[in-house]
Amino acid sequence: METYTLIVLTLAATIRVATPLLLAALAGMFSERSGVIDLGLEGKMLGAAFAAAAVSAVTGSAWLGLAAGVGTALLLGLLLGFACITHRGNQVVAAMAINIMVAGLGPTLALAWFNLGGQTPQLDGPGQRFAGLVWPWAQQAREAPVPGLLYAELLSGHNLIVYVALALVPLSAWVLYRTRFGLRLRAVGENPLAVDTAGISVNGLRYQAVLISGLLCGVAGTYLSTAASAGFVRDMTAGKGYLALAALIFGKWKPWPTLGACLLFAFTDALATRLQGVELPLVGVVPVQFILALPYALTVLLLAGFVGKAVAPKAIGVPYSKDK
Amino acid sequence: MSAPRKLPRWAELGLLPLVNLTAALLLSGLVVRLLGESPWAALKLLADGAFGSQEAVGYTLYYATSYIFTGLAVAVAYHAGLFNIGAEGQAYVGGLCTGLVCLGLGTWPFWAVLPLAVAAGAAGGAAWAFIPGWLQARRGSHIVITTIMFNFLAAALMTYLLVNVLIRPGQQSPESREFGPGGVMPPLHELLAKVGLTFASTPLNLSFVLALLAAGFVAVFIWRTRWGYALRVAGENAAAAGYAGISPARVTIGAMLLSGALAGGLGLNELMGAQHRILIDFPGGAGFVGIAVALMGRNRPLGVIGAAILFGALAQGGSQLSFDMPKVNRDMVVVIQGLVILFCGALENVFRGPLARLLGQREGGA
Repeated sequence: METYTLIVLTLAATIRVATPLLLAALAGMFSERSGVIDLGLEGKMLGAAFAAAAVSAVTGSAWLGLAAGVGTALLLGLLLGFACITHRGNQVVAAMAINIMVAGLGPTLALAWFNLGGQTPQLDGPGQRFAGLVWPWAQQAREAPVPGLLYAELLSGHNLIVYVALALVPLSAWVLYRTRFGLRLRAVGENPLAVDTAGISVNGLRYQAVLISGLLCGVAGTYLSTAASAGFVRDMTAGKGYLALAALIFGKWKPWPTLGACLLFAFTDALATRLQGVELPLVGVVPVQFILALPYALTVLLLAGFVGKAVAPKAIGVPYSKDK
Repeated sequence: MSAPRKLPRWAELGLLPLVNLTAALLLSGLVVRLLGESPWAALKLLADGAFGSQEAVGYTLYYATSYIFTGLAVAVAYHAGLFNIGAEGQAYVGGLCTGLVCLGLGTWPFWAVLPLAVAAGAAGGAAWAFIPGWLQARRGSHIVITTIMFNFLAAALMTYLLVNVLIRPGQQSPESREFGPGGVMPPLHELLAKVGLTFASTPLNLSFVLALLAAGFVAVFIWRTRWGYALRVAGENAAAAGYAGISPARVTIGAMLLSGALAGGLGLNELMGAQHRILIDFPGGAGFVGIAVALMGRNRPLGVIGAAILFGALAQGGSQLSFDMPKVNRDMVVVIQGLVILFCGALENVFRGPLARLLGQREGGA
């Protein structure tokens, strides 16, 4: 029973850790499938996390925070589009610029506005955060043995954004593979010339993709500062944007495998927390750092083609111009 | 929209970076204004903090030393058509190797330790860059992604080593014990004192001279040797290089080895020069500043030195600024770095067109 409780709790933690990863990875999927490298996930999430926490702290509404977070990430996405799509700048450089700029801008503005050493105020008022949604009879179900705990801890009790993120996986798959927009999006990432010849605007499609990415990053960042924790702190994304990118590659730029990769990476994170300093039979204490490094090592191995093969969209990273 | 226009050489290397830098600084000024402080006063404080005294200049050049190493690392890879985002991780691992030499041979005379420490740092950085380079050349793995992953892997490895292996017994913070006297890079003010010159006591050390030598080496290597020629050709056009008998795969691996070795120089300045022990996260983002430095310096060694001094001034002047203006903190410097990368790198085509038209008109009208 003890072990069972531990497993259920670890899985529940996995879902909570996976949520921002999944949102960011799906964001990256739309952008990269259109041919725009999305190294800026980290910066867009961080910017959204700051804006959401700041607005929620001032207005007392997590929903207004969400709007601010999404708005900020959309603006950053537009900036990326302006640099890389309109002016055909280097996509990697533009994204790094945004990541670095936002990493400085968040604490700078936070200090000037709230004077708390680069943080936003603690969000502890009612409605300032996205609270967990307790499903019907969850409390009573906890009393029941095996399935009760599963219901109470694993299915019930997460906040709205968690469920939205999970629902976005089938939705993204449907958009990508079953709609005209999805077909065009995939085409523009593989062969923009063909899309252009068909009379469809390459830049228009890519702007839409970058904006969808901004929208999802905005939700992911809002989750970090107003749901998973209670406020913005310096560098609170802590590499999650890059980890999401790794998950996207690990999921071969496809929605369902990307969900799998996010869950796997989140599970290693939850596991590392559980195994901190625990003596295991046969192997002894496993260093936490090695478990945490596992997603990065796996992604390198995958990119190297040693475990399966990840093939990126063909036109990724190449700015499109009509007069080549 | 037409393809980016060609600018005359002086405009490409001098005017365009200046225009881009001005735009970045103007926007930074706007941010300072938004914070409720005067941009002009901030600029004066920044300049004074960076160059106002001997001590300020010493600190500025000390920061610049690190940025020269990482800037050169990014620039060399760039000439081969590679974008090395992994200078941070390469500097981390290179510094580890330098630090191990200093820990082990601290009782030796400094001039015997120095070549070994330099070689170890270069080897460590090169080794960490080799794997992404090899994967790009032989397996087609995107080097931007693999170098990012290797930054995280380096961080995990170093945290493990410092927390579990290298930590000084009986101490909480993850740091090694201090290097012996042989592992300490002589500060420049001591060296100057030997020839009768007085200079304020700062962390500026012999590594600054080594960084300048590295820049000279890169200049000769890229523009005066066969290998450098091969590197530039492969960077311009891999297919043409193949027809000319140059193996793009070998160039990729070679360029990454050199790039990583240069990044490995960071430990000489940070560990041997300033900290005298190995500590957690000592690169402190210098690898990413290297990207800004290389972009601003147009990947030329002289340009890299100039840009590194500018960023060193920002880092040093930034602390002065945060001290005197309570509403501005050191993170403002990071904002400026980001804006410089944005304007000098990603948005460089924005001003190139109008600038070319402006210059073209004048030449056409004369």
